[in-house]
Amino acid sequence: MLQAIKLKSVRELFEDIPKEVRTDGLRLPDGMSEIDLRSELERMMAVNRPTTVMPNFLGAGIYNHFIPSAVKTIVSRSEFITSYTPYQPEISQGMLQSLFEYQSFMAELTAMDVVNSSMYDASTALGEAVLMAHRISGGDRFLISRTISPEKKEVAKTYAKGADIKLVEVGYDSATGQVDLADLKSKMGDTSAGFYFESPNFLGPIETRWEEIRRTVGAKTLVVGVNPMALALLKPPGEMGADIVIGDAQVFGTSMSLGGPTIGIFGCKTDHVRKMPGRIIGMTTDLEGRTSFCMTLQTREQHIRRSKATSNICTNEALLALAAAAHLSLVGRSGLREMAKRNVENMRSLSSRIGALKGFTAPRFNASHFNEFVVTSKTGSEKIHKDLLARNIQGGFVLDGAFPELSRSSLYCTTEMHSKTDHDKLVAALEAIR
Amino acid sequence: MRYHQAVHDVPVIFEGCEMPTQEAFDPTLGGLFPKEVVRSTLDIPDIPERDVVKHYVNLSQMNFGVDNGLYPLGSCTMKYNPKVCDEVASWPTVAQIHPLQDPSTIQGALRLMHELEKMLCEIGGVDAVTLQPAAGAQGEFTGIHIVRAYHEANGETRKEVVLPDTAHGTNPASAAMVGFDVLELPSKDGCVDVEALKSAVSKDTAAFMLTNPNTLGLFEKNVREIAGILHDAGALLYYDGANLNAIMGKTSPGKMDFDIVHFNLHKTFATPHGGGGPGAGPVGVKKMLEEYLPLPRIVEKDGVFSLDYDHPKSIGKVRAFFGNYSVLARAYTYIKMQGGKGLVSASENAVLNSNYLRHRLKDDFELPYAELRKHEFVLSGAPLKKKGLRTLDFAKRLLDYGFHAPTIYFPLIVDEAIMIEPTETESRETLDKFVEACETILKEDPKLLHDAPVNTARRRLDEAKAARDMIFSWRAFKKKSEAGSHKNGS
Repeated sequence: MLQAIKLKSVRELFEDIPKEVRTDGLRLPDGMSEIDLRSELERMMAVNRPTTVMPNFLGAGIYNHFIPSAVKTIVSRSEFITSYTPYQPEISQGMLQSLFEYQSFMAELTAMDVVNSSMYDASTALGEAVLMAHRISGGDRFLISRTISPEKKEVAKTYAKGADIKLVEVGYDSATGQVDLADLKSKMGDTSAGFYFESPNFLGPIETRWEEIRRTVGAKTLVVGVNPMALALLKPPGEMGADIVIGDAQVFGTSMSLGGPTIGIFGCKTDHVRKMPGRIIGMTTDLEGRTSFCMTLQTREQHIRRSKATSNICTNEALLALAAAAHLSLVGRSGLREMAKRNVENMRSLSSRIGALKGFTAPRFNASHFNEFVVTSKTGSEKIHKDLLARNIQGGFVLDGAFPELSRSSLYCTTEMHSKTDHDKLVAALEAIR
Repeated sequence: MRYHQAVHDVPVIFEGCEMPTQEAFDPTLGGLFPKEVVRSTLDIPDIPERDVVKHYVNLSQMNFGVDNGLYPLGSCTMKYNPKVCDEVASWPTVAQIHPLQDPSTIQGALRLMHELEKMLCEIGGVDAVTLQPAAGAQGEFTGIHIVRAYHEANGETRKEVVLPDTAHGTNPASAAMVGFDVLELPSKDGCVDVEALKSAVSKDTAAFMLTNPNTLGLFEKNVREIAGILHDAGALLYYDGANLNAIMGKTSPGKMDFDIVHFNLHKTFATPHGGGGPGAGPVGVKKMLEEYLPLPRIVEKDGVFSLDYDHPKSIGKVRAFFGNYSVLARAYTYIKMQGGKGLVSASENAVLNSNYLRHRLKDDFELPYAELRKHEFVLSGAPLKKKGLRTLDFAKRLLDYGFHAPTIYFPLIVDEAIMIEPTETESRETLDKFVEACETILKEDPKLLHDAPVNTARRRLDEAKAARDMIFSWRAFKKKSEAGSHKNGS
């Protein structure tokens, strides 16, 4: 090939790199054969303790749910997994239609007019929602409920900083864990772009006073965070006046994988669609009048609008959107609702068993929950965590750092993946530890 | 011409599916929740597994990936993705772990990330790396936040980010998201106009963003001088790593005096792009910027890995947890498999393949600017205009021959741009077939190009209708057709 292009050596291909910036190869070990590499990596990873060897009661944004085997069959199809963003729609209908179906499932679950084809995760979706609320409603501040995950809060702060938006925290009712309406009222001034809260929130409680919240936020932008699996049972935010809905669809067909990738849900009302970040797939027809799908409203995006774009996002989480669509198609409405109910029942059963133990209160808040709840104990939560670990159990997320006011508390999560034996093991361990 | 994409009749998954009856809904859910928050409808169909699998397998056959054939999408580095990487990412020890687990129970994962950081340091010529950003654009966002934090820590509020007009669209968008004004600099002979840069840079300049080789595939030879201009003005230099596949082991962003660099693991390090994502966009920096990296940092002491949050100057977090870990695991596996020498030869072959194609195709089109290119090159489809054709027509016709189209109409400074990046994983036979197809197309009746594609699952789409109708979901479609039939009936 060198001959064909009239060059003598590979060196000549790099002659345009000036001498003063050249490097001489890479100081990295030599390559490995697949057989050696796999056994080395198996050894290296064997020290991790996955859910297959240790019961795990963590949630806090990443969840261990059942994934039907057929999801893997579908997302492993080469034609899907090795394709790029569908810039040429005629040859990419498979992914485009799948993304449209993902948007459709999410629009149905959230009852929003439009859901984009994905953001990176829920935390960045929140960051983008703060920016979008600012584009819709102006103002130099944005209110955020205190009951969101510390991870999300940190990410939202980074996004808000770029637009010089101040994030102001709204407290929660110490008895119910729901939004403190009086605090919201006092902070929701003219200069706030809007308000963000979650249901169920980070500490588990499901919000019931939507009407009062909507009324207080008035004409400003109401952003709501959801667990889309809980929406199988709960009234959707689109029916409760939300302007923007965010969440994470990792619960549908994507493994925990140390928290990434996951898939940010981002939905809004049609009125605001031109202010929305991210790719949107629309339905249309081809030359022969056949139903077809393509990326649309692209004049919002970075490759067209550059510095005036609604967001810089380009690569998103398309394959996970496919996984979510496949997952929801496979479980269907019946399976989804059944699974969601199992979560609530498991949560109720586990929290009442822990609550019945001497020295423990569970759930901490007097509200309805989905699959997470706060456990407060006489013993310090760090000590409980360590003692559980010694018994090969990963307990809940220790809240002392992010929520010092809840001293000696942890956030527990239980899903349909936990067996009665897992619960027994945890309850017996807690009883022994206290 | 032997290529024919499958054309299945696959209705939207909701279409024609009998919705389960709404009576199944118990308004109190047996008392699980208060009535006011219980859902009353949910139109999701119940479909047997057999039919769901058929639906998506048939859809997959109406999609084109690298595994199907050449995907010479410029600036996207669509190389073959070794399957062992997917295999590793699916192991329970990799996939079934939670990010908030006690660090003592995820030592293997932390080791993998720590080692990947070190590998990227070597490849990028930088001192520290964060793996947190979820994609290249988020890497830029992270890097530009570091720029802002750095200047603020020095008591400066610099307002402007400068970049060439050949920059990827994400560059200006990322800079704007971090609160900077963006100044786009016209190029000269396809490269940065050094004199124009000198006069544009001021005490207001926070950073200059550049990819090298640039989007034309040209190596910016004046990169050290450019760096000097920026550094003398107190500004930082940002490297967009989208084109890193051209230079591994030959030079590095650090060696070129860049201060901040992002890597696109889904390009250079062969992780599959998944039809749009996930990707991963780690960011590397020089020592003086390490304290600004996102948290937590993964630290090692005596073979034990832990999480370090104690960096008050950090920009905070750009994404929850550690980033796209299963993508990181794939890239780590790829790098281990290639080794240092393998990565260098990947770059050599990527550049060789690109120049081979450039040499074979330049006379069929026009090749503006210098001859020698790196991993990609940009032709102008302007000669097509004589036949009443455009680059778009040529690109669509390529689909009929079983090749994905190159990137088109970018960069903006080339008229009717055709941006081709073959990557190192394509054989000479494949490249020759591609050339043959291009040359055949150029001799074809222009009508065939106008009408193309015809061998794909769909013919050209009415994209204006999609924007006009705004049907983004099955819900919206149903609403619209109900409104339509109502109108027709009245």
